[in-house]
Parts: sequence; C-alpha cells; structure tokens
Amino acid sequence: MAQEMTGAQIVIKALVDQGVEVIFGYPGGAVLPIYDALFQQNKLRHILVRHEQGAVHAAEGYARSTGKPGVVLVTSGPGATNAVTGLTDALLDSIPIICITGQVPAHLIGSDAFQEADVVGITRPCTKHNYLIKDPDKLAKAMHEAFYVATNGRPGPVVIDIPKNVQFATAKYSAPDNSGHKTYRPQKKGDQQAIRQAVELISKAKRPLLYTGGGIINSGPVASKLLRQFVKITGIPITSTLMGLGAYPASGKEWLGMLGMHGTYEANNAMHDCDVMINIGARFDDRITGRIDAFSPDSKKIHIDIDPSSINKNIIVDIPIIGDCAFVLEEMIRIWKAKSAKIDETALSKWNGQIDEWRASECLSYVQGKDIIMPQYAIERLYELTKDKDTYISTEVGQHQMWAAQHYHFEEPNRWMTSGGLGTMGYGLPAAVGIQLAHPKSLVIDIAGEASVMMNIQEISTAIQYRLPIKVFILNNRYMGMIRQWQELLHGGRYSESYSEALPDFVKLAEAFGGVGIRTEKPDELDDAIKEMISVDRPVIFDCLVEKNENCFPMIPSGAAHNEMLMGPDDVEGSVSEKGKVLV
Amino acid sequence: MLHSQNIESHTLSVLVDNEPGVLARVVGLFSGRGYNIDSLTVSETEHQKHLSRITVVTTGTPRIIEQIKSQLGRLIPVRSVIDLTVMGPPLERELALIKVAGRGENRVEALRLADAFRATVIDATVEHFVFEITGRSNKIGQFIELMVPLGLVEVARTGVASIMRGKEAT
Repeated sequence: MAQEMTGAQIVIKALVDQGVEVIFGYPGGAVLPIYDALFQQNKLRHILVRHEQGAVHAAEGYARSTGKPGVVLVTSGPGATNAVTGLTDALLDSIPIICITGQVPAHLIGSDAFQEADVVGITRPCTKHNYLIKDPDKLAKAMHEAFYVATNGRPGPVVIDIPKNVQFATAKYSAPDNSGHKTYRPQKKGDQQAIRQAVELISKAKRPLLYTGGGIINSGPVASKLLRQFVKITGIPITSTLMGLGAYPASGKEWLGMLGMHGTYEANNAMHDCDVMINIGARFDDRITGRIDAFSPDSKKIHIDIDPSSINKNIIVDIPIIGDCAFVLEEMIRIWKAKSAKIDETALSKWNGQIDEWRASECLSYVQGKDIIMPQYAIERLYELTKDKDTYISTEVGQHQMWAAQHYHFEEPNRWMTSGGLGTMGYGLPAAVGIQLAHPKSLVIDIAGEASVMMNIQEISTAIQYRLPIKVFILNNRYMGMIRQWQELLHGGRYSESYSEALPDFVKLAEAFGGVGIRTEKPDELDDAIKEMISVDRPVIFDCLVEKNENCFPMIPSGAAHNEMLMGPDDVEGSVSEKGKVLV
Repeated sequence: MLHSQNIESHTLSVLVDNEPGVLARVVGLFSGRGYNIDSLTVSETEHQKHLSRITVVTTGTPRIIEQIKSQLGRLIPVRSVIDLTVMGPPLERELALIKVAGRGENRVEALRLADAFRATVIDATVEHFVFEITGRSNKIGQFIELMVPLGLVEVARTGVASIMRGKEAT
C-alpha cells in the first residue's frame, strides 16, 4: 500500500529515491512547504546559493563533473525567472538538470498574483521538457519521469512547476518503477548498416580525422575509453570541440588540440583538408564550421549523434548514425576488428606529415617578457603547477576561457566545465561551487576574467558558508577582453563600454567575504603565488594582473573558412568581410 | 535532394499526447526557429489514449522541412511525425463558413455559384447567406475569390485536415 504524504514530502522522497544527495536552491513564499519538508529530514543536503542563476550553474557544475543530474529548487516568479539563464545554458550544453519551481496556488494562477510568472510558458523553449503539476496524485510520477527525461537521450534541463496548494495537499507516493516515459524512447543503438558503411569508409580514408564533442562526455566515461581504443587501433588524428575536451587525452600523439574559432592551426587545417571526417557527439556549431560553404569541402562526413535533429542541421553529412556515442563506438570497434579492417598506413603517415607541418607553426606561441604576465603564461603556469593534482577546471566566458581551452591540457573527461553553447558570463564561479561539493577533496579552479566573474561574484559567499575551498583565478586585463578584441577587429578600435571601470579590489573583496585574496603582477612571482593559492584550504580569489591588450589567437574571423586563420595581430588588417561583420 | 533551394509545401500529421501546453510547444517551436505555419488544425482524435492530431501545412526548402520534422520529433509529448506529402499525395479537406450579404442579381449569382461548388446554405435572411463549404484549400480559396464582388462579409476557415488513402493507419 502506497503511503499518503504531502506534496512537499513527495518531492523530497522522490529526490532521495532518485539518488539525489545535494540540491541547490533559494527559498521563497511559494516553496516554503518544500523547505519545511527539507528541514525535517537528513538525507538531502541543501546548498543555499545567493542567486537562483547561481543555483542552476552550481547544479550544472555538479552534473558535469559527476555525470549525475543536478537538482535545483527555487521559488515562483523571480526565483524561476532568475533560473532561466541557467536552464538555457543547460539546454544548449545538454546538461541534465531537474529544476523544481514553486508556483502560486492553483486557484490564483492567471490572476497576476504576487510572485506569479507563467513559468511553464517562460521555460518551454529553454528546457527539454517541463511540467505544471496541478494534481497532487500526479506529482510522484512526474518527478520520476523528469529524471528519466533529463538523463535519457540528449540530456537537458527539466522544470517541474508545483503550485503551493499541491505542496500542502496529501497524495499517495509511488516509488520509481523504471517505466520511464510512456512514449519517449530515444534511440541508443546506431543502425548496423550505417555503422558498417562508416567502418568501410574509414578503412579506405587517406586523410581521416576524428572531430569529437560534448556528446562523448555526456555519454559517460565508457565512451571516452572506447574513443581512446578506437584511436589506438586506427591511429586517426583527433580534434575536439570546446565541450569535448578531456575525452581524448591532450598528451596523446594523435591529439591536435581544440578546433574552431580559436582552435589550433593544425586542427582547423586538418578539418579543411581531411577526406573522411568522423564527427562523434558534436553538432557542427557555427563556432566550429566557420563559413559553411567553405567547410571541409572535400570530405565525406560521418556524423554520430543521439539527437536526430542534429543531423543535416548545419552541415549535410554522408553517413548519419543516430545513437549514443558509447554504443556506436563499441559497435564500430567490434566491426572494425571482426572485419580485420586496416587503415591505409602509407596514406596516414603522409597525412600525419602534413599535420606535423601545420603543427610546426606553433600557433599558440606567445612572447613572455620580464615585466608583465601574459595571460597564456598564467594559464600555462597554472597548468604546470596543478596538472599532477586531482584538478577540476571551470571557466567564465571570454578570452580567458579560450586561453584556458588552449593552454590547460585535459587528460580525462568531466574535468572541464565551461559554458559553450550559450556562452554565459558568470558561469564559472557557481559551477565551481557545484564541482567542489561533488568533489570535496579535489582542487577546483574557476579560470575567470575580471568582468565575467563580477556577474555572479555573490556566490563566493556560498563557497564560504559551506567551506568550499574553490579557487577563483582571475586573468585581470581590465577589459571585457573578447569584446575589446572584436571591437578592434570590426569596429575600428572604438572600445565602446568594454573597459572594466571601477573594479573592486579583489583581494579586499575576498577578505570581505571571508576568503583569501592573492594578487600578483610580476611574472617571476607567479609560481609562488599559484603555489600559495593551492596550499590555502579556503576559498581564494586570485587577482592575476595580465597584459591588457593581448588578443586571443589563432582565430577564424567571422565568415571565414578554416584555412583562412588569423595567426596573430599582423594578420588582422581587413580580415573580416562585410558579410562576416554581421555574424556574431 | 537536400541541397535544393526550392520552397515546397508539406502537410505534416503530428500525433501528440493530449496534455496541457502541447499545442504551445509545437507552435512555439515553429515561431522560435523561424519556420512557417500556413495552416494548423488540432483536435483530440482518440479520447481513450489521450491522443490529439495536429495537422500542419508548412513551407520550406527540403532541408528545412527535414529539420522541422526532426525538431518536432524531439518534443517529448510528440509520438510521431508523418510527412503526408512525402507518403502521399494525401487526402486533404478544409471546411469554411462564408458570409455573403447583398440583394438582387448578386444574391442570385452567389447562390448559383454556391450550388456549383457544392456549398450549402446554413443561415440566411433576405439580405444574407452563410455558406458552408468543404474541399481542398484551393477550391475554398477560389470560392471566396468569387464571393468578393458579390458581397463577401467574412470568412472562417478550419485549416486543413489530412489523411492518407488506403486501409492502413499511418
């Protein structure tokens, strides 16, 4: 016989039964019953954030670093609308999030009640799915279904909007029963025929290239293992999107670095010149493709994706395979071995020779002088001093994010958390809070810019409250650097509103919050300062003053092709076409 | 194939769980992603199974039409998306109620044309008719055109309902 309990208790029970240990939230009038139920139990840990956007990003950090769904609890109206940016971020980066929002009592819905917002309406386009639960008897099932929907197929955020009267009402609780959803059954196993064709095509390739993305990370650690195995048996060079970093180790000799707008010269040229492109879990995003009509013109393209709508959306492919990366990779390896398929070694070594020539351009090189810290150098030193530790990295959005992607090298999946699709400034600090909660003993660093970090700086207070020793490593160039870079490229160097005016003293700010502040501006002091940061067992804000005017290179300017990269400031003049200027 | 830039009209039959907000999801998808809706009809079709059928007539390049179908398929309450135009040609019908007011020769002519188009009179005074007409959209369009000079007052159209020929379910 199922137990009767209140809606609020059902919410808590369902979360516990789904294996949730931590939720991120902020109380308010329309969720008080749930907060009351939370108070009267000790299985779920609640982390009080300082802003609801922070709650969602923290849940994202938690989810990305663990592979488990992140859970958020916020109130109606502003609580829910503040969560919208985080939900959209999770949708674009395919992060499983369950977001429970309080709602005004059902009889007041539609009356413009205090703190009422049409949350299912507002979140419909920024969630994978959402629910408004008016009937307490349907609450338990919806909770379980939400977990199924958020974590199966292409993961994403799911909102459950619960009116206050439903939280008070009593109903029967039903335990999770693996029924999932009555109709939603995403395809996990790829089509056999297509996989065979893919193997055939790869074995005949002269200039093959793997282009992998966040789908491998989302698929779980098995997919990364299989990817490594596939590279090992074929020897095919590999590049990855921003979201996919770590799936293949950066120390691997087949690794070309990241591709795309700020990808490496070798990765982008290999994309342009390859004859067989194997896209696994990436989506031909515009940061990757550059000019569509000049994108990898001579290649046959294989595209493995769990989401059918990714196929042929931006780029027409020759062999689409709909399925989970892990399943498809496993099958590809099995068929490859069963057929005793062989890569064309002669062609491959010639191809690798070509790639080595591109590599020789050393596109990520920079000049470090004696007086001012170059941002790339800061990342490089941070990497050298933390690579042997159990380290997780999050970032904000902008130049520092690209430098981190270029100069911090990842060996394992789930170690790199960044806002890729939405490009949300203010992501990194709250994400670090979520990561540190999931990995209390690990070193968690938010590589930040001084402008981005101000967008959710309040979350340092959350870190203090829960004694989360996150490290906020700010590359402080006193500019919204990426904006300044684009203004330099596209708008005649008129730096409209992109100077970080009236910055706080980050050291004092850290101290005011109850953390530790460190500042450095001399290259020869950097190592010691980083070591100090690592050794402090409390939240740290590290204000690293770097060269103000450095730009992020290499770069594919808007509207250009992969083989039209800008390698440095000398290439910039007149590099962006009129058509390119309207692109973002 | 997909490379073609030709704009085509397709009739999509979308079977959905009849739950609150499902129409908003479908319509929001079209507006949010910049697709066209030329006609839309929606109604519950199987009460026991809580199923509704949404019939959308949309236009786009073959590539856009493919995207529309897979984007629709991504919505959780969508059970199936059938492109009737690809399977077809399907049977398509629309119903319209058309109000025409006038006296004398115009009135007689309106009635004569209605007869030719197999429209029926469902309301009348000495000064007006309301015609009910069913048929393919272009037939209805043609009838409405003819009514314009004869005193057309207003029109209500249902949008297209569509189904495949033959004994099988799609």
